[in-house]
Amino acid sequence: MDPELKNELSRQGIFTTTLEELYNWGRKSSVWPLTFGLACCAIEMIATTMARYDLARFGAEIFRPSPRQADLMIVAGTVTKKMAPQVVRLYNQMPEPKYVIAMGACAISGGPFKQGYNVLKGIDRYIPVDVHIPGCPPRPEALMDAFITLQKKIATQHLTGVDRPRHLNPDAPSEFIVPEFGAHDLEPPKNLKLWHITSNSSPKIPSTADNNEPGKD
Amino acid sequence: MEMIAPEDQRTAQSAATAKSEDALLDISLGPHHPSTHGVFRMDVVLDGERVVKLKPVFGYLHRNHEKIAESVSYLASMPYTDRLDYMCSLTNNWAYALTVEKLAGIQVPERAEYIRVITAELTRLQNHASTIGFLMQEMGASGTPLMYAFREREIILDLFESLTGSRMMSNYMRFGGCRVDLPYGWLKQTEKVVAEFPRFLDEFERLLSSNEILLARTQGVGVLSKKLAIQGGITGPMLRASGVNYDIRKVDKYGIYDRFDFRVPIGEHGDVYDRFMIRLLEMRESLKILTQALRDITAGPIMDTKTKIRGFRPKAGEAYGRIESPKGELGFFLISDGSPQPYRYRVRPPSLINLTVLEDMCLGASVADTVVIFGTVDIVLGEVDR
Repeated sequence: MDPELKNELSRQGIFTTTLEELYNWGRKSSVWPLTFGLACCAIEMIATTMARYDLARFGAEIFRPSPRQADLMIVAGTVTKKMAPQVVRLYNQMPEPKYVIAMGACAISGGPFKQGYNVLKGIDRYIPVDVHIPGCPPRPEALMDAFITLQKKIATQHLTGVDRPRHLNPDAPSEFIVPEFGAHDLEPPKNLKLWHITSNSSPKIPSTADNNEPGKD
Repeated sequence: MEMIAPEDQRTAQSAATAKSEDALLDISLGPHHPSTHGVFRMDVVLDGERVVKLKPVFGYLHRNHEKIAESVSYLASMPYTDRLDYMCSLTNNWAYALTVEKLAGIQVPERAEYIRVITAELTRLQNHASTIGFLMQEMGASGTPLMYAFREREIILDLFESLTGSRMMSNYMRFGGCRVDLPYGWLKQTEKVVAEFPRFLDEFERLLSSNEILLARTQGVGVLSKKLAIQGGITGPMLRASGVNYDIRKVDKYGIYDRFDFRVPIGEHGDVYDRFMIRLLEMRESLKILTQALRDITAGPIMDTKTKIRGFRPKAGEAYGRIESPKGELGFFLISDGSPQPYRYRVRPPSLINLTVLEDMCLGASVADTVVIFGTVDIVLGEVDR
């Protein structure tokens, strides 16, 4: 719609919108996170929902204990190799559209425990991450910033076209491989459809299209 | 024919059903479960609603703390200790610093001792307040008590942030003292917080301790006998709720705890209600200690000047240091072979050892009570699994 006409109409008291905007506005204003704490960052996540920081202002006060009712997974804390299969399984159980915030250094890369034999070096090896927040642990303000970033991302998603989000693309997968314990390590060590950096070539920076359609290569 | 009392009949029936394997239900509570504090799993065998068997499964947060600590220098483990029991990083720091000081024979200046006591007691306040809040959340009092607790916690975290630079991961203590001196106006602000804290406790007690639902849910539930508590090596508020007078602050008098006048609250029944009340009472005692420490704190250095920060190599030997952390006896055991890294680094976590009696407390309880009993153990998975 022509923006000038839209402005003119709103001056006349007529509110116009597109289906896409309305749909995205509704989705971004009621993102329900999964009650899912792994380690230290979970305490900061709880602090964010409490009175002082009050995540409810952004429409996310309802933490759902069941993945079936949640839209957003906040991976708050260290993902160990024992826990990684469960994290992926929980993600698979969430209905589309679903989003992931990797909260804290451990969820991003293993953080201070990266050298440990039992720590997964970043949850983005197995599930697509929408927003990363660094910090150990990130402050509640940082989590809110990540949340607003996610809302901005949801608001700009197109319902049609090649860059449409994963849940509207029948070819894109909505479930990802659940790793299992092999002889030495988790099998597979990473989901190659998601993990773009290989050791023998220069790191390829994923484009925005890849981010929107992580399973599609 | 013999008459069977209805009570006996029921027990006889449940015993009969327990015998047939089909009537039992195996369920796995966790590792993703809204009530478990983090990623803890309980494999529970249920007969109807009653718990017949309970097996705790650990290791979902095993972060190799001890192994990493054996490959880095002594000081480099200090930030890792923050992440053991991430609700109370300052007491973890103190326990580790105390052990290394014992190992290397370092004296701590008086002002640093006072700062340690003040920060540790503030940590105890915020830990106990949040524990009660989480317990109420698990009992179904969704929101309010936890909100109240976190409101106070944020005020204490503000003090920690202005002192150490971080809300949760303080990394504050050093071998032979503390990292930085108190910022300007910190003591005044702390005095204000301490003076206002009893109002929160009164509010909390008025709200909770005589609440009818809370009494029905907690009294006589999850009883831990005195004998089992001692045999199981239980420490902290859980042990004292079972009626054992054992507080390492009184027993060891580590630091300067012999200078303060405070009492150790003791429970009588060892049930969930006692463990809840003990924490409320301990907060009042902590406030007493804080008032005295804030009154008596002296000026002076905060670091032992003779301690080397770089190239720190304690003589070969071993040491075990322990403190009364808010959850119980937190101990570190170190073996030094004279190199910059510890040869062996071992944590004695109170949460893990307090969890060992979980099955004994939960047998015969309903699933809803299991969650509440588990809540009063007050565990933090970072410490259980390390």
